[in-house]
Amino acid sequence: MRKKLNTISEGTILLSGNEAVARGAWEYGVHFAAAYPGTPSTEILETIGEEYAEIDAQWAPNEKVGLEVIAGASFAGARVLSAMKHVGLNVAADPLFTLSYIGATGGIVIVSADDPGMHSSQNEQDNRLMGKAAKVVILEPSDSQEAKDMVGEGLKISEDFDTPVLLRMTTRICHSKSLVKVGPRKEIPVKGYVGDIRKRVPIPVHARLMHSRVEKRLNELSAWGAESSLNRIEEGDTSLGIITSGISYQYVKEVSPEASILKIGMSNPLPWNLIEKFINMVDRIIFVEENEPYLEDSIKSKFLIEADGQNIIPIEGELNPEIVRKAVHPGTTGEIKFIDIDLPSRPPALCPGCPHRGAFYCLSKLGASSTGDIGCYTLGMMPPHNALETTVCMGASIGVLSGIEKATGREEMGKLVAAIGESTFVHSGITGLIDMVYNGNTGTVMIMDNSLTAMTGGQENPTTGKNLRGQVSPVLDLEQMVAACGVRNIRVVDPHDLPEMEKTFREEMARDELSVIITRRPCIMAYKPEKISVAKLDPEKCIGCKICMNLGCPAISWDVDKPDISSLLCWPNCNMCVQVCPVDAISKDMEGLE
Amino acid sequence: MKSVTNVIICGTGGQGILLASEVLCAAARHAGNDVKKSEVHGMAQRGGSVSSHVRFGEKIYSPIVEKGSADLVLAMEKMEGLRWSSYLAPHGQLVACDLKINPMTVNTGSAEYPDVEAIIKKESLPVKLIPAVEIADELGNPRVVNVVLLGAVSSHLPIVEKHWEMAIKERVPQKALEVNLEAFRKGRELSG
Repeated sequence: MRKKLNTISEGTILLSGNEAVARGAWEYGVHFAAAYPGTPSTEILETIGEEYAEIDAQWAPNEKVGLEVIAGASFAGARVLSAMKHVGLNVAADPLFTLSYIGATGGIVIVSADDPGMHSSQNEQDNRLMGKAAKVVILEPSDSQEAKDMVGEGLKISEDFDTPVLLRMTTRICHSKSLVKVGPRKEIPVKGYVGDIRKRVPIPVHARLMHSRVEKRLNELSAWGAESSLNRIEEGDTSLGIITSGISYQYVKEVSPEASILKIGMSNPLPWNLIEKFINMVDRIIFVEENEPYLEDSIKSKFLIEADGQNIIPIEGELNPEIVRKAVHPGTTGEIKFIDIDLPSRPPALCPGCPHRGAFYCLSKLGASSTGDIGCYTLGMMPPHNALETTVCMGASIGVLSGIEKATGREEMGKLVAAIGESTFVHSGITGLIDMVYNGNTGTVMIMDNSLTAMTGGQENPTTGKNLRGQVSPVLDLEQMVAACGVRNIRVVDPHDLPEMEKTFREEMARDELSVIITRRPCIMAYKPEKISVAKLDPEKCIGCKICMNLGCPAISWDVDKPDISSLLCWPNCNMCVQVCPVDAISKDMEGLE
Repeated sequence: MKSVTNVIICGTGGQGILLASEVLCAAARHAGNDVKKSEVHGMAQRGGSVSSHVRFGEKIYSPIVEKGSADLVLAMEKMEGLRWSSYLAPHGQLVACDLKINPMTVNTGSAEYPDVEAIIKKESLPVKLIPAVEIADELGNPRVVNVVLLGAVSSHLPIVEKHWEMAIKERVPQKALEVNLEAFRKGRELSG
């Protein structure tokens, strides 16, 4: 068996940025960590859970709660860490902005994993702007070693300067692996809780004093940052000076190894003295940064300098060495011998056997659709279902459905339901449902309960009966919770039972009262099949009607005049294609597979 | 010798791309290199295109391979190989599994699966197609396709056989080790 990482206390190992953050948390004495999963941050808490038993770690119902519980632990003098994707920080913004005033007793590191290029996100927000608005320290690692080191630096800064620290990662840092020198864990005693009303109750008379301290703290940190090794000048050819941070630094080193570089590791507050020194040292300046011109705008407005940046580097999307090379050294790109070939795209799809498929197939068949949410089931918007029409943020499916009904009335709203996963419902859907009951809405909310937070790779949540470390925990009862909100019509249905699923939609959408449908079947990642079973087509019976293609199952492709069912992809305990075939041309042995 | 080797491993979700790139990284480390690799998780894995960039050499900065600079593209699915062919360096080699997996866009009729062999010919692409699925089936384990392919590209890379085998031993569970080592050797025989 592979050794747990907490048994390794020296050497150099290949770690992803996320694994390196987990390692840093362990080495630098973090006592407690909490997070809600979100790509690209999820593996931080997963790794802590799997490898580092010395850290008390847990999944929180959402990012706001995750930040609040670590804040409490910090108040009691524990070193703490919370991790979230960039949009998770929006959810946690309320505690963040005031925690900035209150400060840290035990060190607080909050990881924001931004997603330039939107590999797995609904927007491209740059949380350096968020950290600056919250007046907290921002650290930006450029590889896994720095990710680990900056957890340690961050905890120390947090305690020394009485401030939360935002560790701003990006997808390319989180999910790239590079070598990390590792060390042993430093055990740091928890100081213990001591009440301090003036420090932790920001009534206006206290908060005004707190704000003064925050401004003073930022000035002190800027001066400190100019001396810290977090920010550094790499002196080279002084005819070109590049100011950069994060992953962009690596691209700059790749394409412009001869240039002078100001590498910013602490991007809030900025180290003005060091920046001024760099500006005076070089002839021309280029800012190379991903997404927002954060460094560029801040430094240009402070020093009123002429420099290139956003005019040659795109604000949209992820950078790469090619883009940076074209911007910094135009005309020097090497020979590209082979051209891009125009090929069919390969978008993600609901997995074979996915329980969500049954619900979206039925909605589509009924000419109905949904307001959607964040999760695998967002893929219900894809052809052939086209049965999900809005996505805003975690939990919004319910509020959006209510709003449509308020604007149009139930009749004109037509056949729309809200589609939300059980984990997302617990995260921030329940308040929307309370609103629907309270304000007299009549729509149908579908909670797609697959007993797993699936989109992020399969994490436990309060409805699954297990915690982050796989230990048994109380099960949150969705039916009781929905009933307690005041919903009178609650149906639970197996989404693989297509006739029942369809009938339930028909009846609930026709009702002029609020209703909740819980579609319940475990995610295929949570189900280990007892045996292999593949659906078989009888080509003699098949009439080529293509109804099975309406399932959008990746295991079924069209082969000239009949379906071809892949034995590699067909999922054992699913027989939806058998159910939809009008001439019984598809059969499958389902014994022992329910 | 060139100071940096650039490799892209690509295919579709669930084909063992991440394991293959882990093995490559471990082998490159045993050979004494600095190593970086990069891939994207999450939405990309629900049957979509997946790719892993691996770079090794004396000192590596960028974790991603620049267009026109890959020494090797290893594709677990042939159309995915074509998708990354513009990343090949002028001297680069594309090795692809002779396997077709239809994307949903083809299943739903909004696109057609291309004639891969015709495109290879038309664009004069340096492609070697490997019947890795058949070889894995002969070995009695369809899951070792990725390791057959690693074997098939192993002699294109500046890593000796001993380091490859050490890497496989570290990354593959004990009970599947023998069949994986066999898969690697079968693949390596093809690379001649």
